[in-house]
Amino acid sequence: MRMVKNYLATRWGIISVGAGIGILAPLLQKWGNPGNMGICVACFERDIAGAIGLHRAAVVQYMRPEIIGFVLGSVVAAYVFKEFRSRAGSAPIVRFVLGAFAMIGALVFLGCPWRAMLRLAAGDGNAIVGLLGLVVGIWIGTLFLKNGYNLGRTTETYPAVGWLLPLLMLGFLTLRVVYPPLQGEAKSGVLFYSLKGPGAMYAPLLLSLFVGLGIGFLAQRSRFCTMGAFRDLLLFGQIHLLSGVIALIIAAFITNLILGQFHPGFVKQPVAHTMALWNFSGMALAGLAFALAGGCPGRQLFLAGEGDGDAAVFVLGMIVGAGFAHNFGLASSPKGVGSHGIAAVIIGLAVCLFIGFAMRQRKGAYTRGVEEGQTEAA
Amino acid sequence: MSRVVDARGLSCPQPVLMTLNEMKGMSEGEIVIFVDTDTSKENVSRAATSKGWEINDLQPDGLGYRITIAK
Repeated sequence: MRMVKNYLATRWGIISVGAGIGILAPLLQKWGNPGNMGICVACFERDIAGAIGLHRAAVVQYMRPEIIGFVLGSVVAAYVFKEFRSRAGSAPIVRFVLGAFAMIGALVFLGCPWRAMLRLAAGDGNAIVGLLGLVVGIWIGTLFLKNGYNLGRTTETYPAVGWLLPLLMLGFLTLRVVYPPLQGEAKSGVLFYSLKGPGAMYAPLLLSLFVGLGIGFLAQRSRFCTMGAFRDLLLFGQIHLLSGVIALIIAAFITNLILGQFHPGFVKQPVAHTMALWNFSGMALAGLAFALAGGCPGRQLFLAGEGDGDAAVFVLGMIVGAGFAHNFGLASSPKGVGSHGIAAVIIGLAVCLFIGFAMRQRKGAYTRGVEEGQTEAA
Repeated sequence: MSRVVDARGLSCPQPVLMTLNEMKGMSEGEIVIFVDTDTSKENVSRAATSKGWEINDLQPDGLGYRITIAK
């Protein structure tokens, strides 16, 4: 097990994990998930929000087992590798707000960074514009980081704190098992289901769950992060995380070619629109929010699984943000942006810029115990 | 005599940023970095070696690690 632990932390480890995700995501699409949406953390959390009735957009309601698997797989890895550490207290309310606006930005584009890469690997040209927006958003985030932006330190806390989000996910899984989809029924027990649209397209429960568990396990240990990939490149010139992302795109491209799922073009792409400016801006908002929160939506799930209570709050912010996005007409559809999507992106960017400017600390102000860089240790 | 960076409780990229900031203007010397997650330990070690510093010592310290790097 120690060998596995060490391997996953290497360059080849992260490349293997990225390639694994790149193969499994198009397969999930083959097994039933929506078009170019084998895995989409934002879309799937949005579907979960729909399944529990936080929004009532009839076409996007499903209790996605992949998300549950990501968190629980990460819990297993964190315990196997003795990394589970319950911690919280680094500006949770800010993380909630960032999560909500990250979701809104992603839903204006129609996908999180994971899906942007999968869309690209399936030939959707609109994803190029979205990815450019993502990189610009992350770049703005790195400018804040260079100027002292920091949400403060976490504190070690009761193990139960770190367990709350995994327990919530276990609860969601229980609901999915107790109230399975019923043929032709829009509701099963307390859960809402879609009868058409992306929410009605899903791979079999056990397949989705096991793929989610596997990716959660591997990604916890390898620290796979689609935001960190570009952040580390822009901030430090490091390509460690980026190599995983590139492996994902190449593996997904090859898998799509083999499965006949590669269809190059800009128009009539599945669950996508062609409004370039808003594809760009939505993803820029999401990228900035992820950068300010320290992780892409997948990474936030994996962090939540290893006991990070603040990442858990970010996840809840995303799920609630999805509720706002559909209740307020902020989310896009294949026809284009929602009625208030443009306003939401502008407000979201303003909020993120406020957070970036307002939460900068003077050098040394956030040190604890020892003065940062000043103390001479024996 | 070493310089000290206390990055405990801070998540990435803060520990790496703090370490790189500390390295600025140092042509040689030793820096002791305190981190509290394996991720930070790996990231700080990776950043240090990529900047030509050596990991002289890596010890468990409380709930985290104490990393000593030198150039």
